[in-house]
Amino acid sequence: MNPFRYRTAADPDAAIGAALGGATFIAGGTDLIQLMQEGIAAPDLLMDINGIGYSGVASDLDGIRIGALTRLAEVADDPTVRARFPLVREAIESTASGQVRNMATVGGNLLQKTRCLYFRDRAAPCNKRAPGTGCSAFEGQNRINAVLGASAHCIATHPSDLAVALVAADAEVILRGPAGERTVLLESFYRLPEDRPDIETVLEPGELIVGVWLPIAAAARRSRYVKVRDRASFEWALASCAAAIATDGGEVLEARLAVGGVATKPWRLARSEAALVGRPFGPGAIREAAALAAEGAEPRGRNAYKVPLLVATVERTLMELRGAG
Amino acid sequence: MTLLDTPRKHGDASDGGAIGARLSRLDGKLKITGAATYALEQPVDGLAYAVLVPATIGAGRVARIDVAAAKAAPGVRLILTPDDDLGLQPATDWNNVRASDGPYVPLPRDIAYNGQPVALVVADSLEQATEAARRLAIAYEEGPVTPGLDSPNAGEGSPLDQLSVAWGDAEAALAAAPVRVEAEYHTPREYHAAMEPHGLIARWEGDRLTVWEPSQWTHSMARSYAEWFGLPPENVRLVSPFVGGGFGSKGFSYGFGAIAAAAARRLGRPVKLAVTRPQNFAAYGGRAATRQSLALGATEDGVLQAIVLRGASETSTVGTWVEQVGAATPLMYAVPNFSARQRLVAVNTVTPGALRAPGKTPSAFAIESAIDELACAVGADPLEIRLRNYAEEDPQARKPWSTRRMREALAEGAEAFGWARRSREPRSMRDGHQLIGWGLATGTFPVIRNYGEALVRILADGSAEVVTGATDIGQGTYTILAQTAAEALGIPFERIDVRLGDSALPGAPVAGGSKLAGVMTGAVQKAAIAARDELIALALNDPNSPFRDTGANTLILADGRISAPRGDGPVVSVGELLGRIGRERIEVRRDTLPDHLQTPEGRFRAWTTMTTVQGPTAGDYSMHSWCAHFVEVRVDEDFGTIRVARMVSAFDCGRLYNPKLAESQWKGGIIMGIGMALLEEGLVDSRNGRVINNNLGDYLLPTNADVPDIRVIDVGIPDPHASALGGKGVGEVGIVGVAPAIANAVFHATGRRVRRLPITLDALV
Repeated sequence: MNPFRYRTAADPDAAIGAALGGATFIAGGTDLIQLMQEGIAAPDLLMDINGIGYSGVASDLDGIRIGALTRLAEVADDPTVRARFPLVREAIESTASGQVRNMATVGGNLLQKTRCLYFRDRAAPCNKRAPGTGCSAFEGQNRINAVLGASAHCIATHPSDLAVALVAADAEVILRGPAGERTVLLESFYRLPEDRPDIETVLEPGELIVGVWLPIAAAARRSRYVKVRDRASFEWALASCAAAIATDGGEVLEARLAVGGVATKPWRLARSEAALVGRPFGPGAIREAAALAAEGAEPRGRNAYKVPLLVATVERTLMELRGAG
Repeated sequence: MTLLDTPRKHGDASDGGAIGARLSRLDGKLKITGAATYALEQPVDGLAYAVLVPATIGAGRVARIDVAAAKAAPGVRLILTPDDDLGLQPATDWNNVRASDGPYVPLPRDIAYNGQPVALVVADSLEQATEAARRLAIAYEEGPVTPGLDSPNAGEGSPLDQLSVAWGDAEAALAAAPVRVEAEYHTPREYHAAMEPHGLIARWEGDRLTVWEPSQWTHSMARSYAEWFGLPPENVRLVSPFVGGGFGSKGFSYGFGAIAAAAARRLGRPVKLAVTRPQNFAAYGGRAATRQSLALGATEDGVLQAIVLRGASETSTVGTWVEQVGAATPLMYAVPNFSARQRLVAVNTVTPGALRAPGKTPSAFAIESAIDELACAVGADPLEIRLRNYAEEDPQARKPWSTRRMREALAEGAEAFGWARRSREPRSMRDGHQLIGWGLATGTFPVIRNYGEALVRILADGSAEVVTGATDIGQGTYTILAQTAAEALGIPFERIDVRLGDSALPGAPVAGGSKLAGVMTGAVQKAAIAARDELIALALNDPNSPFRDTGANTLILADGRISAPRGDGPVVSVGELLGRIGRERIEVRRDTLPDHLQTPEGRFRAWTTMTTVQGPTAGDYSMHSWCAHFVEVRVDEDFGTIRVARMVSAFDCGRLYNPKLAESQWKGGIIMGIGMALLEEGLVDSRNGRVINNNLGDYLLPTNADVPDIRVIDVGIPDPHASALGGKGVGEVGIVGVAPAIANAVFHATGRRVRRLPITLDALV
């Protein structure tokens, strides 16, 4: 770990000011501390933002606003979240361990770094960690890497469960920067790696995630998050699916689908959604929608299994939702 | 009570004595509350902190290291690189062989594997040392890398003729057999992943060195340090009272220890080196990757006619470790024709090492999978085929078993599991999307014997102490030695203190090979009986003893009190007696060494090498622990995810000195076996031989959610040939056979035979 300075921000503006000067925010620290221990992150100044507010879950008729500094466990325990957004609760409860969920914040979770083995190994070339050095995973140990949204420069998966559920729920992320607040659709918040995998989001210098807005939607009540992984707990997804469905008389009115563990960012499945809407919510439409999920998938060696796994995960999630109707 | 009323002993908990009681671990509360002081937590004044710097290439050499920037970093005290002559001499290996050619160089210029130490940086704080280490500019000349056993450039390796086993004409019998199953089985690199990482504190006082380092073998590790630094053995003390898991990795000193101790000597200041979690994947070796071609020939009834094994395992280019893939193969079944050979393939890895049940574990994966394949081929139940081929004696040594309760293990395990309700056909049991599979496999571990030494003190307050340099790595040495002393002395268990884990204490073998309990209970019992006899002799003969004139010719010592056998006369506590006769203590030191080792050289060799070990067939019998694992897996039919739903395992480990601790060891082994079957694999980058999932986030071990309800059953009986008190080995047998039991269950669930570990969903999706 490099020598660094540690300061506590008294308010958001102090935090933003520090970030403009190059500070790195720290909240729960569940990811950043690991990165620092391995020399992947080497901030000169750590700005602790735990004291700037933006913690807690507040709901009104239109939606739920979750403070960026709310701990994951608190979000999962919130009665409104539990009632209106089962997919969010399930995504959080399948994340990491109880201890981690007690520390990790919503904002930090959305910005956590990939588990690509090469990103985490300082000795390996990695365009995301060290731009221009190359992608070791492309021809290397890529069993956990992405089959969707990748480029020749990076095939790292986005690791967050929560982000997948939030993308499916049309969540917006509330950003605060030197020029005030702005709101961005979470799906658009993440960038594809293309030729700059080191730039992962649209965050501007000094900008801070201060909250997440979850618009109340009929579909979200009937929703699920299904996560597939090698071990039964405390592991990132090999494939996951967040789905929310609204039906009327057996016909799909609204469908929201996103997948995780398979793509370089939380991956919304617009074509699969379109394949469902307006049709009876039955096995035929579900299978078709699931098959479309893998459209454009480009496996790289050891991750080829993710293509059928992705399809199976989407199909299972939708079938379970159908059963839960 | 009269002597005639003395109850018969059965050798188990029903005896009611201290041995065999279900007592909790003496060290348990200390560990749970954080009061147990581990090696790196020792409070040592004036510490400097060392950081090891590993190579990032798989083969080649260090061209140069520019230390200027690192040296200029704050707090840096010392940097050691291949440019430094550490002045070390080779140490004796476990075969009692000491290399005579040249110095010992733990920081060589030539790189044989990725992760090999290339420098050590010492500073006033860990953070300063870490940062300075990052500032080293290391230039390499890269050479060609052979990353692993199955790499195209690894070749076939060299034959290990000494491991060849043959009887009958296996190849001819195989060719003539009406039923043949032939397949290739693979196991990957696996790691100890002990909760407590490696590391040490080294402190010099003149030419005396104290090392606090987690250890399974204090005496041998102290000897290594003494020899490296050219010191008399008594000048080195290695201290390891508590160990956070060893699993075979903490029996030996490693290069990082030599480098850190050399730094401490150079600095004239104690040095602490914590080997980081990622470095724990290359600072010492895990289990070697293995490959086995195994062919079984049988009659149409599944009666074995021939077994032919052709195996290979990896080692490093700079050292030899043989993961003996034929270790279990010849023992499990009666077979008239047998042939096993193994080759050793050198690759660019740290030299692999012992990991819980070395050899037996990969060996059992192949033979116990193959016998299941044979059962399928001939339409037999997997339990029935094991009975059809039951080995009534050791097929290889042609000696009778001392005890082999495998029939009982199979029967009682099957009964408890409900095996009779199993449907034969694969893919015939399900629960919703979950395909259910039931699998069975057996395991074995040899009884290994050696010698030990213990000191027993009876103290003036009536308590007693047991002292030996043996270690407790979590298996329960503290507890069972207290139990042994309590029973032999007639002093309550609660009043026995046990001191362990210090090379300055009496001699003991390695806590490895599942033998320490058998060896050290024997030594402690011998010393304790001698101490008791001395106390009784004093009680009968000392002029101030209240028993002096009772006319008794012996006395009873029970519950800390001394009385005459017929119950008449005085009853005096041990403390009171010692007070009356004016003794502060009775102290007896005993060992179990035979006459030919009762020399200074013999004793030193016994406590510091493996040369006095006796194998399982050294005597008239073939002696082994045995087990049978019954597993239910649930495999998601769409995802291929495998979860172990329940397990029943029955064990024959002879007499259990403490069933609670034995069950804990068995369960620990089983859980490790679940990891081996489903999760654990060192992922190697084929371009540079680097193990890249070198942390506990990416090298997956079972979590609680992966571990089902495990029922363990004891079917053992005391084995008088195996050890002084009748126990066989407990610590390792539990892992043996778990992986094939799970693989067999996966086959039963899915109809897919997976012969490469770990079995992950990509093989099934």
